Amino acid sequence: MAVAEGAEPLTLAGEEKPSNPWLDAWRLFRRNKAAVVALNVIIVIFLIAISAPLLTRLEILDARTGEAARHTINPVNLPQVDSYPDPLTCARDGQDQNPYWCSWLSEEALLEVQNKYCFRPAPDPNQRQWCYLLGGDSSGKDWLTQTVYGAQVSLAVGVLGATMSLVLGLIYGVIAGFYGGRVDNIMMRIVDFMYGIPYLVLVILLQVFFTEVARTYQGTERGGLVGFVLDLNSDMGGLLFLFIALGSLSWIGMARLARGQVLSYREKEFVEAARAVGASNRRIIFVHLLPNVIGPLIVAETLAIPGYIFTEAFLSFIGLGVQPGTPSWGAMISEVRTRGGFFSNRFILIVPSIALVITTLSFNFLGDGLRDALDPRLRGT
Amino acid sequence: MSQAVSEPRTSSVGATAAYADGKEVLVEVTDLKKYFPIKSGILFQREVAAVKAVDGVSFKVYKGETLGLVGESGCGKSTTGRTILQLYRPTSGSVKYRGQEITNLKGESLRRMRREMQMIFQDPYASLNPRMSVGRIVAEPLVVHNIGTKKEREERVAELLEMVGLNPYFVRRYPHEFSGGQRQRIGLARSLALNPSFIVADEPISALDVSIQAQVVNLLQRLQEELGLTYLFIAHDLSMVRHLCDRVAVMYLGKIVEIAESEELYTNPLHPYTQALLSAVPVPDPAVEEKRQRIILKGDVPSPINPPKGCNFNTRCPVSIDVCFETEPELVEVLPGHWVACHRVI
Ligand SMILES: Nc1ncnc2c1ncn2[C@@H]1O[C@H](COP(=O)(O)OP(=O)(O)OP(=O)(O)O)[C@@H](O)[C@H]1O
Ligand code: SF4
Ligand SMILES: [Mg+2]
Repeated sequence: MAVAEGAEPLTLAGEEKPSNPWLDAWRLFRRNKAAVVALNVIIVIFLIAISAPLLTRLEILDARTGEAARHTINPVNLPQVDSYPDPLTCARDGQDQNPYWCSWLSEEALLEVQNKYCFRPAPDPNQRQWCYLLGGDSSGKDWLTQTVYGAQVSLAVGVLGATMSLVLGLIYGVIAGFYGGRVDNIMMRIVDFMYGIPYLVLVILLQVFFTEVARTYQGTERGGLVGFVLDLNSDMGGLLFLFIALGSLSWIGMARLARGQVLSYREKEFVEAARAVGASNRRIIFVHLLPNVIGPLIVAETLAIPGYIFTEAFLSFIGLGVQPGTPSWGAMISEVRTRGGFFSNRFILIVPSIALVITTLSFNFLGDGLRDALDPRLRGT
Repeated sequence: MSQAVSEPRTSSVGATAAYADGKEVLVEVTDLKKYFPIKSGILFQREVAAVKAVDGVSFKVYKGETLGLVGESGCGKSTTGRTILQLYRPTSGSVKYRGQEITNLKGESLRRMRREMQMIFQDPYASLNPRMSVGRIVAEPLVVHNIGTKKEREERVAELLEMVGLNPYFVRRYPHEFSGGQRQRIGLARSLALNPSFIVADEPISALDVSIQAQVVNLLQRLQEELGLTYLFIAHDLSMVRHLCDRVAVMYLGKIVEIAESEELYTNPLHPYTQALLSAVPVPDPAVEEKRQRIILKGDVPSPINPPKGCNFNTRCPVSIDVCFETEPELVEVLPGHWVACHRVI
């Protein structure tokens, strides 16, 4: 008792602001300006994607039945197959039928825009006609609408693909890392084996198989699980099978990372302390391991999102992605390849490409920001 | 080399025989072994060898005392502590707590036993979950054992923090905001939450600044008095242990080579290894310090995978004889309460 126990300062150094690890991570994240901008861009893209039906008036062909949906182009105005509707053509079919931006313009301004930018003279005012802000494709579908709906596909593939791979990889890796021994050994040998399979080749083969199955059963009534899955896939414009194909291998990297993380924390003394008080395995996994291992995994998954988006675009480009009629940026780019006409409307290539670039870049910057904020390996403690 | 092995003296602690008298044995460890298997093979792993981290350790811990466990890094001190607490399941041997065998406990009975025995860890940075607030960390044992309502737990946490000299106002803080000494106190509060009787303190001060070490030691002593705790105090150097421990056990390569009361061990070390360790401890008296002769041990500690035949200290022992390479010395009581495992001492 010779040394006063209170000698150690009882106040804490540093700022008096409340601090917890997640709040600190958020503060660190906010310091990375590029990441904050990227996050905002992603939020905007996300909002655009979910409000696509509100933003655009031209609806696209219903992918499942192949019938024209409620609003389609008046066939009279369908351009020839080898040319695209020009940008900035606008309908004169009563203000309320016009796409949103037409209503921003006064009658005079609208006329002026048309006179200035439209190649085709204003048609018969009694005929129904639609506006193409960025032009349309060869079947007369509005390009802006397709771009906006394409964001749905890209985000769904990116975010759901990443989530699925994260969840699968996490479960697999945590089980292997936590239980160790023979379980770990066998599980990781399987992963090593799968690592040797070329990713893109497998995805392409799976997609060839899935599209074939979907085509074979198209229109036939099928009950049971198979029928349900096929219907669901078709309702999702082919996305379900795409997820399965993309997810078939993408989780293995995550499983390895998760296992490594769990191994590094499993022997930490705080886990031992929890054991010493009698905490169950479940509590150790969920309270002590997961909150510590999840950070680097989220970072890795965010950085993997551009890869999923690109793979989807690539598959749709070569015709193995979404079902025909489902708008996807990759499929849109392939329009130019199959039908030509880049010089009649440059937007046709530029718009989906830019959308793709902005989206993937944003996820990359977001991932970088998250890494600074969440990956303790790069931080002091 | 004559000083290396001194004749057993009937000396300093004549009263030693009485030490154990009338004292309740709280923990009894008998021939405890913990081998870590080394496996190899691609898919089906075979055990190719074993790290003999703890290789036949026996001792008793009396109620209310502090038993020091001292030895070089890697000699198996932590493994001994963890095996006693059943954090590692022993390869063989027995651990009795108040006479009850605990190595075969499972499930609920093991969980109940955990309320009695707790551990304090060496690394104050690794021993607290960085994602949990101090309040949650200290309350965890109560939550795990489903003790009290939320409000009662909060009160208990405040009480515990106060007990270890921390401001109860810190409950909402996170570990990274605290210094090493403060973290060690948080860890201590957590291990006291369930009112244990026996605490294994695994080098609780060796990661701390010297100025903080004394404070934590004082705190441990005060708590021992107030709560009637029994400690197994693990340390790698003898100097700190002297004042804190009633008895000290010296470990070398998975085995205990000498156990005695602290004063006896310091004044009359009998095992050549203990003598070498003690010769490295500086003496505050300059006159004595002048004459102090360091015994420098040659060579390195052999691998615990393949310990030497006979006495496992024979590769470095300055006074070894032929029999040391043939038979293993038993731990025998050469003086009352003073146990040594060495062929030259008996
Ligand atoms: N989980 C484990 N698996 C395999 N070997 C282990 C394990 N834990 C410890 N060992 C080995 O057992 C031996 C004893 O380790 P232990 O941690 O008990 O030593 P220690 O005396 O506490 O050392 P230190 O002073 O460095 O803490 C070492 O050789 C170590 O490498
Ligand atoms: S038994 Fe022999 S080798 Fe071992 S410590 Fe004693 S004298 Fe040295
Ligand atoms: Mg240790």
